[in-house]
Amino acid sequence: MCATCGCGDDAGTRVSDLDGTVHDILPAAAAPHEHPHPHPHEHPHDHGHPHDHEHDHGHPRPQSPGTADAGHSPAAEGRTLISLEENLLAKNDLLAARNRGWLEGRGIQAFNVMSSPGAGKTTLLVRTIRELAGELVIGVIEGDQETSLDADRIRSTGRPVIQINTGAGCHLDAGMLQRALGALDPVPGSTLFIENVGNLVCPALFDLGESARVVVISVTEGDDKPQKYPHMFLAADLVIINKADLLPYVEFDVERCVRQARLLNPGVDVLTLSATTGDGMDGWLEWIRKNPHPAAAAAGSAPRSGGLRV
Amino acid sequence: MHELSITQSLVEAVLDRTGGRSVTGVNLRIGPLSGVLPDAMRFCFEVVSADTPLAGATLTIDESEGRARCRSCRDEFVLEDMFLLCPCGSADVEVVSGRELQVTSVEVA
Repeated sequence: MCATCGCGDDAGTRVSDLDGTVHDILPAAAAPHEHPHPHPHEHPHDHGHPHDHEHDHGHPRPQSPGTADAGHSPAAEGRTLISLEENLLAKNDLLAARNRGWLEGRGIQAFNVMSSPGAGKTTLLVRTIRELAGELVIGVIEGDQETSLDADRIRSTGRPVIQINTGAGCHLDAGMLQRALGALDPVPGSTLFIENVGNLVCPALFDLGESARVVVISVTEGDDKPQKYPHMFLAADLVIINKADLLPYVEFDVERCVRQARLLNPGVDVLTLSATTGDGMDGWLEWIRKNPHPAAAAAGSAPRSGGLRV
Repeated sequence: MHELSITQSLVEAVLDRTGGRSVTGVNLRIGPLSGVLPDAMRFCFEVVSADTPLAGATLTIDESEGRARCRSCRDEFVLEDMFLLCPCGSADVEVVSGRELQVTSVEVA
């Protein structure tokens, strides 16, 4: 899988269109984005004599052999050390910044909803769409490894939805979101929910360009999730403790869970609710309403440097 | 296993700068708060670099230390884990280092 946008091999990403038809990969013309092209170069490459490539990309010139780079041992005899100092998530972060600008320019608020599989993200979204019908214009982008089951549930509410199937991929990245945004074409001023792949690990590292990150955990999962998956809770703007209707039947200490989450992320909002019964939904709907549309708050949320916002 | 796609980013970033030259060493800096496991990167690197000019290159990972500064007592301390807690008890801390996820340099033949 291409690390930039998920395309390019057998297990490539598939993005549906609005009626649910799945396309393997959108043509490049429909979603222009750059790829670092795989080398090797086709030019002759004789090693029998010394040679210099004209190779000026604006990066620091190769140092002469034996010159120590800060913090590194000198290159071995006959070898050249090239300084790069490049963030490995730089490409994703660049695409995320573009998405953020695209969304802000249209006054669209976008929530990246993350959880482990089965925490109730889709149930929460279906109920949210129904309760906010007539108040907010909502669109959804669904991420799963396979199937359009979640997108079908959203489509039954009558709202537009795009399904991304990541194949072997364990998270959505900014390139996938870029293509899904092209397919969804959300209305200016609308609200977008991005349901990430069910996974409490990898999605935390990949900025999509969202306005806020919502992490859902359910009371059947155990109250130690923040300790076990700290990166996810560090990345969260809001933690929703779902399936609160099951609290009488499970050993889940809400206070302990909240305390652990706030030890990691002192400013994080926490809400306890049941998307099935509707108890506590008011707080969530109020949180959505209070979260400003980008048009009202031009700065938006700060991008995560290196994928994490601490 | 996000390390796989991150390792693919690494190989692409290096190839972008080195062209077809044979790469003999790759130097990374990975902090404990980056969310990336150095061992998983080493494992993925062998797989991803095969059949590229990076094949067989030595991967050296500088596992930098996580450090934070407490806004309450103004002390600077080493972060032992993801819980950003100063020994003085305050959670109002600013991360100074530990989130690095960088390719610092490469060695070409």
